[in-house]
Amino acid sequence: MTTLPSTLHTPRDPASLGRAKSTAVRVLRERVIVGSLAIAACFSILVTGTIIVVLARETWGFFQFPDVSLGEFFGGTEWNPLLGAEKHFGIWPLVGGTLLITAIAASFALPIGVVTAVYLSEYASPRVRATLKPALEVLAGVPTVVYGFFALTIITPLLQKTNDGFGNYNAMSAGIATGIMILPIVCSLSEDSLRAVPRSLRDGALALGGTKFDVSVKVVVPAALSGIVAAFLLAITRAIGETMIVALAAGGIAQITADPRAEVQTMTAYMVQIFLGDAPADGVEYKSSYAVAAMLFVMTFALTMLGQFVLRRFREEYD
Amino acid sequence: MATDRSTASRLLTNRAFLTVCLFTTSLAMLVLAGLLISIFWQGFGTLSWKFITNFASRKPAEAGILAPLLGSVWVCAICGLVALPLGVGTAIFLEEFAKRSRFTRIVQTNIMNLAGVPSIVYGILGLTAFARLFGAFGNNTEDALVFGDEESLLFFRLPFGSSVLAGGLTLMLVILPVVIISTQEALRAVPSSLRAGAFALGATRWQTVWGITLPAAIPGIMTGAILSMSRAIGESAPILVLGGLLLVFNTPKNLMSDFAILPLQIYNWAGRPQEAFHALAASAIIVQLVVLLLFNGLAVLIRQRLQKPLQ
Repeated sequence: MTTLPSTLHTPRDPASLGRAKSTAVRVLRERVIVGSLAIAACFSILVTGTIIVVLARETWGFFQFPDVSLGEFFGGTEWNPLLGAEKHFGIWPLVGGTLLITAIAASFALPIGVVTAVYLSEYASPRVRATLKPALEVLAGVPTVVYGFFALTIITPLLQKTNDGFGNYNAMSAGIATGIMILPIVCSLSEDSLRAVPRSLRDGALALGGTKFDVSVKVVVPAALSGIVAAFLLAITRAIGETMIVALAAGGIAQITADPRAEVQTMTAYMVQIFLGDAPADGVEYKSSYAVAAMLFVMTFALTMLGQFVLRRFREEYD
Repeated sequence: MATDRSTASRLLTNRAFLTVCLFTTSLAMLVLAGLLISIFWQGFGTLSWKFITNFASRKPAEAGILAPLLGSVWVCAICGLVALPLGVGTAIFLEEFAKRSRFTRIVQTNIMNLAGVPSIVYGILGLTAFARLFGAFGNNTEDALVFGDEESLLFFRLPFGSSVLAGGLTLMLVILPVVIISTQEALRAVPSSLRAGAFALGATRWQTVWGITLPAAIPGIMTGAILSMSRAIGESAPILVLGGLLLVFNTPKNLMSDFAILPLQIYNWAGRPQEAFHALAASAIIVQLVVLLLFNGLAVLIRQRLQKPLQ
């Protein structure tokens, strides 16, 4: 028996429902409404199109400058647009900085996130779950500038106590803070896909004599793997695009390094530097930020598409 | 299951794994606690009523957050007023009207992609599309087309420049995919028997949506809307691209006013070397987190109050 929810408590006034309206008027009204809804849906396509056109046009403008060449941009290992007599625009130091921060964040957040998700979904009692899940949601809603502040005032001083090599700005601190930022994303999305695995699979494995560990790790996790991988990819996308943490805590030297104690500049941090500075709007430094943005857009776009592909191709369906 | 291992060793593995689980979970909670405690520790001392009602200042003792706080309110209000109708409309179209076609699949994939675009890229789009209107009205603010008196509520100009309107619309781009996806989930959760019942009574598609599906999905839609608004309040990168770090000494008067927002004020203070400004940043974070908790609490309340199971 289907019952209407209580929000529907006031039935429509019969007079208004029964008002005689010609079919033509009704059809017309319906068409207008559907049309405007369709226009709303097209807006999202327009947004993507405009992003691509704006980035492509400005990036094209950037490559017209005599200091810039396509070969140097994709092959060069020096990013030095502001200082010095000779300007160098090789993207790899910025990409390297981004990847270093992302790698540090992922190596913390992915394992901890998945194990916490398994605990919440398979082991925790409903009461524990009911307190921990909202706490994670709060963590997910904290503005990223707060994590940047945390990195600068708490994580960096702690790191400096363990090793003298850490400066006031370093990749490790920003990476850890980014990891804390993406942890709730990994955890919450993985937990959702773990809980979507039907109970019958767990019951079957338990009936065969498996322990809870066997059931969780050998049955439930493999069944939810596509969702977990998609959560990983989404979290990595977020880490790559993260701006305020790295702008505050990672420093401003664009260099290729694997040393987590070093200062690095990410793609997003470079854009912040340009848009906060007073580079003239038609200068090569200013335009270079659009080329960096285009690179960032392509990277995150590719990762999102990969995530969608994984979800579609490898999803296990049970019902 | 492995048969070559004794039950004892498998039980031991189970216990060990549970220990690891408990360890990582408490680590995650400790981090959250550490974050909150350290910020309260640093910022509680400078938090006062004066801090909320004063404008920014070079002297830490007199600095306050009135302008960024009201700037955030204006920007988020504009953002919500545009993003919610647009997002909910898109979701209704995709879930209730559109047939499964190539077009809807493209729109759906596109929305997923938009959700993954870094917010700073939206800042660039907002700068070009809203602040400069693609350069259609020249690139100088002096050349702008002006309507009305600068002090009045109805003042308007083209292009928008780094105004609250441009800021709100830019944040709208950031949260639009989130609103669409959460509304779609809420609509999908409405049992199809409700729709079938309405159709059987002779209702048109729109009558079914307006009278049956939407009211049933309202709790879910509102929860999603509130959570995406709390994202909008915390976003700072796009606004930074749009207008930089503005020092603003008045509250917004109209859609074209200059503005500051709370997260950028926090960024500004946190980036300075003096300890006194760090304390101010921590105090501003406390205000920001209180607003955020209010929003989250409201979402939980709505979920509990309105969400009665549909079976």
